[in-house]
Amino acid sequence: MIEAHGLTKRYGDKLAVDDLTFTVQPGMVTGFLGPNGSGKSTTIRMIMGLDAPTAGSVTVNGRPYAEHAAPLREVGALLEARAIHTGRSAYSHLLALAATTGIPRRRVDEVVDQVGLREVARKRAGGFSLGMGQRLGIASALLGDPATLILDEPVNGLDPEGILWIRNLLKALAAEGRTIFVSSHLMSEMALTADQLIIVGRGRLIADVSVAEFTRASRHSVRVRSPQASVLRDALAGPEVTVSTPALDVLEIDGLDSETVGRIAAEHGVMLFELVPHTASLEEAFMELTSDDVEFRATEAADLVGAGRRA
Amino acid sequence: MTTTTVAAPDRTARNIKVTQGRVVNSEWIKMRSLRSTRYTLIASIAITVGLGLLFASFAVARLNSTGHLETDPVTLTLRGAFLAQLAIGVLGVLLITGEYSTGMIRATMSAVPRRLPVLWAKLGLFAVVAAVASIAAAFAAFLGGQAILSSKHVGASLSDPGVLRAVIGTGLYLAVVGLLGMALGFIIRNTAGAITTLFGILLILPVLGEVLPASWASHVVPYLPSNAGQAIMQLHADPNTLAPWTGFALFVGYTAVAVAVAAVLVKRRDA
Repeated sequence: MIEAHGLTKRYGDKLAVDDLTFTVQPGMVTGFLGPNGSGKSTTIRMIMGLDAPTAGSVTVNGRPYAEHAAPLREVGALLEARAIHTGRSAYSHLLALAATTGIPRRRVDEVVDQVGLREVARKRAGGFSLGMGQRLGIASALLGDPATLILDEPVNGLDPEGILWIRNLLKALAAEGRTIFVSSHLMSEMALTADQLIIVGRGRLIADVSVAEFTRASRHSVRVRSPQASVLRDALAGPEVTVSTPALDVLEIDGLDSETVGRIAAEHGVMLFELVPHTASLEEAFMELTSDDVEFRATEAADLVGAGRRA
Repeated sequence: MTTTTVAAPDRTARNIKVTQGRVVNSEWIKMRSLRSTRYTLIASIAITVGLGLLFASFAVARLNSTGHLETDPVTLTLRGAFLAQLAIGVLGVLLITGEYSTGMIRATMSAVPRRLPVLWAKLGLFAVVAAVASIAAAFAAFLGGQAILSSKHVGASLSDPGVLRAVIGTGLYLAVVGLLGMALGFIIRNTAGAITTLFGILLILPVLGEVLPASWASHVVPYLPSNAGQAIMQLHADPNTLAPWTGFALFVGYTAVAVAVAAVLVKRRDA
């Protein structure tokens, strides 16, 4: 379990992380989502004790990470930037990390096999491809057999095979009952693996919702093409309804479902050429949510719905 | 209900923790597994020994024409240390800045988030490795050099006054230069910057000291780090240098200050 309270990090004038409070629950995959530069990596570095918070605190399993007797056993982390000496073999790298905590050599062999690096383990890590580097990073994270895993942008730059491998690994690790905290700027990736979402923008918490709630709350709209668009527009007007006109004969309606729009058109004798219900993808919902984070501070799913409509 | 077995994992868990000894072991694995470490250390030894033998041979050749040695036979064979100090200093820098430049430091500090055990382990381990290698190299340079000089009966013996101190002192001086390099590496975290600073302290400061007015120079020059440290390598007392052990102690003192600054910064700064 990871608990952050009012976590804040300031670099000079720039507020990288601004008063973040969240809890990562054990036994599920929590996605840590936000556009590039929204403070995700800084937050993870503060969890791992690499950066000191300007204000606030963050604990792992009830204590600051650095205060655990065997930190590698509590949390395994794959940091975004590579954390491997290029001149050392993968095996020696893992052996040296394991040695700090008294993790036996056989565990090093286990993780090497688990991530499929057996054949290149004795080669210099500097010659590794991006995918092999990620595998080595994940092997380091798994060394202490930790109950909590933190992965910063694990699929970044990977080929489809590598992405699939990470996706399946995350699911398998979560199925073993581990706490998984994985950051990404790709909503679509999170939709496939995460149970819970913590969404940040410009260092601030935007939402802390389950994937199911987020999907339910995402925006629905109806697109209509009609030669009598202006007549229909007046007929549809209502307090909860917004209508936009992207082209002369096209309406985009928020706040009404397609059946209602069709019925109102028939009642007013308006001819329709197209009537298309449109559900925003999670990606669109995410982008809409983070496009102007100043406006969105809501953490409740109900507020999210309202926020979506206002936009 | 199912019974959960907590006893077995708990017993191993008690054994799985970070200790200073284990961090030393980890640093030992790291040090051995980098080719650059081995090569730089070998270079330092080869320079000390090789130049010692070379200078002895040159001296013997010149002896045939001039009839006397221009330098005392001890200092002559230990002179390679002036070049070897650059190699061992660079090694001290690289052992830590190599971690910063590659990002390895994040893995290291994640495994040992209290950080200071890493600093102590690196310094302690390198102190032993550098001292053993450099003292051995100094003995090899001295004994090999004397073997060459003895053909002309101008050599010195380890039992002569001050000789043993000068030979061991040469190795100790080199080891402390390595530690100073490492401390600067921790402080500056950048290979080029740390090496430049180290060379500036060891080589440029004494040159700058020489331009000082004579009345100042005598109060400043002997106390400059490398001048003070090299006092232990000199066979005969020189009015312009500190006493051997006094000078060396001062050099160790400078290095200790650098280590103290490094410790404060390592603990305080973001990794």
